[in-house]
Amino acid sequence: MTLTLFADLGLLIILLGLAIITAFARPAFVAVAAYMAYGLVMALAWVRLAAVDVALTEAAIGSGLTGMLLLGAVAWNQRQTEAHPRRRQIRLQVPATHPLLIIVVAAVCAGVSAVLAWVVVTLPEPPTLQVEQVRLALPATGLGNPVTGVLLAFRAIDTLLESVVLVFALVGVWSLADDAAWGGRPRSLRLVQHSHALTLLGQLLPPFGVLMGLYLFWAGADAPGGAFQGGTLLAAMWVLALSAGLAKVPAVSNRQLRLLISIGSLLFLAIGLAGWAGGVGFLGYPAGWSKALILIIEATLTLSIAVTLGMLVAGRPHRALPR
Amino acid sequence: MVASTWFGLGAALIIGLSLFQVIINPEPLRKVLAFNLLGSAVFVLFGVLARRGGGRIDGVAFADPVPQALIITGLVVAFAATVLAVALVLRLLQAECATQDHDTECRIDD
Repeated sequence: MTLTLFADLGLLIILLGLAIITAFARPAFVAVAAYMAYGLVMALAWVRLAAVDVALTEAAIGSGLTGMLLLGAVAWNQRQTEAHPRRRQIRLQVPATHPLLIIVVAAVCAGVSAVLAWVVVTLPEPPTLQVEQVRLALPATGLGNPVTGVLLAFRAIDTLLESVVLVFALVGVWSLADDAAWGGRPRSLRLVQHSHALTLLGQLLPPFGVLMGLYLFWAGADAPGGAFQGGTLLAAMWVLALSAGLAKVPAVSNRQLRLLISIGSLLFLAIGLAGWAGGVGFLGYPAGWSKALILIIEATLTLSIAVTLGMLVAGRPHRALPR
Repeated sequence: MVASTWFGLGAALIIGLSLFQVIINPEPLRKVLAFNLLGSAVFVLFGVLARRGGGRIDGVAFADPVPQALIITGLVVAFAATVLAVALVLRLLQAECATQDHDTECRIDD
């Protein structure tokens, strides 16, 4: 018990250190790198908090994809600043940066921290009723993983809306394109022209990564894992192949691409509506069918999530289609 | 104190310092980064509640699955929001670049 507490405190100190570097390091590049490390250590902390499903999602999305996205943006900004050193930077700031104002803000933030810390220390003894309810209701769904049960049966509406949010985010990103690039290809993700190491990694890793992604989706019914974790891993493998120059980013007007992006949410919605028409309620599953329906929904969701996340990382269209 | 309480205290600290950065740091990309840090610490605070409300399923410690599912949803939605924010910032930087230099060098090169 004391040994695990020791390990937990070590984990916490690393987390705090990385969070401070992320927040206060001067070079933006260092801050983003620290954030990626923070995400990975945070995944370990989630395991310690007995939430392995969250740990997988945090490592894949919170650290990996977010880190990659921010690294790309920071690198672009840096190149621009180096190319045009005298250009003034965009600063989003309250007009008066008076020292007094900074002190007031610091005091308010410290106050927020103090109140939250006080709440954490004085939390009442919690009821464990919810865990019992999920445990008792789970056999009806045919699933073994309570988190998947909540995501796809008990609170399926959240998951449906979440998958729609991803599609909407992509629509938002695409709509930022220049008029000339409308419907075209996003910028190439290829990092270097002739990198033997990256090309090799791009060829070697995806078969294992794809297998692991499919496993996470399949195992998600009974063990930690699921559509989002598996889909993110598949997306990461696609992005790796794209950055190694082994594949090309498709044009956003591609109909098959658009179908792949929307089919997960559409099928989920269709099955939900079929439940409503069939008398078991919106997003309800008829008895005995739930496991099969959930697997079908999860399989298409995994595919859609993988493609959507990959296209989100690729960004808005930059090159017009050849006429 | 149990371990989850320590994680809760750490999360409270990270919320404070990232909130400070969100307000004070003038660089748009750093604001987005600090906002992600803030979100992550809020999720941990929620996770601490899930751990405390958790129990054992088949003899294994298991945090309350309902908050767990909400946190997973939250992580994905936070990523979607971050992508949109970064895309807006890059568009803003590019537009600003074009108005200041009156040229087209600001395009992200292929």
